Amino acid sequence: MVFTTFKRITRTGFVNFWRNGFLSFAAIVIITLSLCAFGGIIFTSAFGRALLADVKDKVDINVYFALTSQQSDILSLQKEINVLPEVASTTYISRDQALTSFQAKWQNNALIMQGLTEIGDNPFPAALNIKAKDPGQYGSIADYLTSKNPLDASGTPIIEKINYQENKLIIDRLSRIIPVAEQAGLAVTVILIIVSVIVVWNTIRLIIYTAKDEISVMKLVGASNIYVRGPLVVSGIMYGIISAIITLALMAAVAYWSDTLILRLAGVQIAADFGLIVNVLSDYFRQNFPEIFVIIMGAGIILGGVSSYIAARRYLRV
Amino acid sequence: MIYYDKVSKVYPDKTIAVDNVSFGIEPKEFVTIVGQSGAGKTTLMKMLIAEEWPSHGAIFFESANIQRLNKRQMNKLRRRIGMVFQDYRLIPNKTVYENIAFAMEATGKNDREVSSDVPHVLELVDLGHKIWNFPGELSGGEKQRVAIARAIVTQPDIVIADEPTGNLDPTNTYEIIRILQKINELGTTVMLATHNKGVVDTIGGRIITMDKGKVIKDSREGKYIL
Repeated sequence: MVFTTFKRITRTGFVNFWRNGFLSFAAIVIITLSLCAFGGIIFTSAFGRALLADVKDKVDINVYFALTSQQSDILSLQKEINVLPEVASTTYISRDQALTSFQAKWQNNALIMQGLTEIGDNPFPAALNIKAKDPGQYGSIADYLTSKNPLDASGTPIIEKINYQENKLIIDRLSRIIPVAEQAGLAVTVILIIVSVIVVWNTIRLIIYTAKDEISVMKLVGASNIYVRGPLVVSGIMYGIISAIITLALMAAVAYWSDTLILRLAGVQIAADFGLIVNVLSDYFRQNFPEIFVIIMGAGIILGGVSSYIAARRYLRV
Repeated sequence: MIYYDKVSKVYPDKTIAVDNVSFGIEPKEFVTIVGQSGAGKTTLMKMLIAEEWPSHGAIFFESANIQRLNKRQMNKLRRRIGMVFQDYRLIPNKTVYENIAFAMEATGKNDREVSSDVPHVLELVDLGHKIWNFPGELSGGEKQRVAIARAIVTQPDIVIADEPTGNLDPTNTYEIIRILQKINELGTTVMLATHNKGVVDTIGGRIITMDKGKVIKDSREGKYIL
């Protein structure tokens, strides 16, 4: 009996979905738009996170050492810095490496290369590149180094310069902007979700309103609530599933299109040179597809099914 | 079988639709309720299927007070009453077959019973050839015959018909009345509301006359006197 009921409800839901073609179409359009808002939120936050990570990664401080300082002193300082809890990573750049990378960068510029030859000696100091776990922590790392002021065997300070002051402005700004941006993103997300839920809910309510006479006839024939409401919920779930499939297809299209667009606008070489973040959305979409699928499909089914379930309630009181 | 016990119905706008009405209906009776529009016929019938609730008094179906039934019992009761409306109330996006099958499915009949009984009852109302049409493709008389088929397919104890011929021409009216009489002859109680004098004179049988919410005449073999 339960199986028969289930079978009849499902079949009626399918048939109604098909026969009320225009209403189904309208519901699918509305739910798809709402799900696209969800998808947009997912993409924006993914892109925003990639952008932030990229910017955070570019922010660092460099400690330049006196030309006379010994490599062993620098390496032991690097060890000390590495154990600081704020530090994410450090990279040691020796004087030779600094020279090689400078030459590689400017090898086509004869004037600069000539100037370098005229100097004769290697003018570049050794450097230590430090990345913090959080942009807000560079200040304390710089303070730590200044106050520590390590000396070499002869008693001369080995640190010549810390470029924290130069980067301070951008670092400070970033550490203020990032949390605000994250909060604003959350607020926009919540508002968009509320709006889309309200819009879908009202659309479904209108659709069920058009069926209110049928509902009352069914009730007067003696049909139990589940018999009347079941097919409506099945139709609602179908709206949700179809909308979710459309939305996922649109998201895939947007992900791949946006990547090729960035590449086409910037050119592959320039994009690589400037380290533009490409393939963010398509990579994200591919790697997180199961989660995205569950979120979009789940939201679609819940929006369609639950809205129908609740909206039918008021007409069942016959 | 059915007993209206001092039933009154006052609508929220203070209209008195039914005023202290009492009468009973015996099994297998054919009862015609006559009266002009607004006399309270429809309200009387709606209260029997609990689409409306009486303001005072009680309505009994066998020994059960309809107002005291819970949802489940109410669904069961409604399955024992076949209802025919003036405006047919067929479900527009279901075929004739599905409209009738739905009523059977609601009562929990299995698929085999549904697929054998629906064509049978459509033959009874002479609509076997329109089984796969939608209500929009039928004439008024045909729609009403489908509605009657829906009302009787569950083999109810009583069929209630509220102005079933109100929208029909004389030929179709006669057809519908003939079908209702046939149903009655097969042993089902019929309660018919009408203001059509010709219909009343054709039927004969018990006639309850209503005016302004009151029963003014209840005669076993009557004529329409208004």
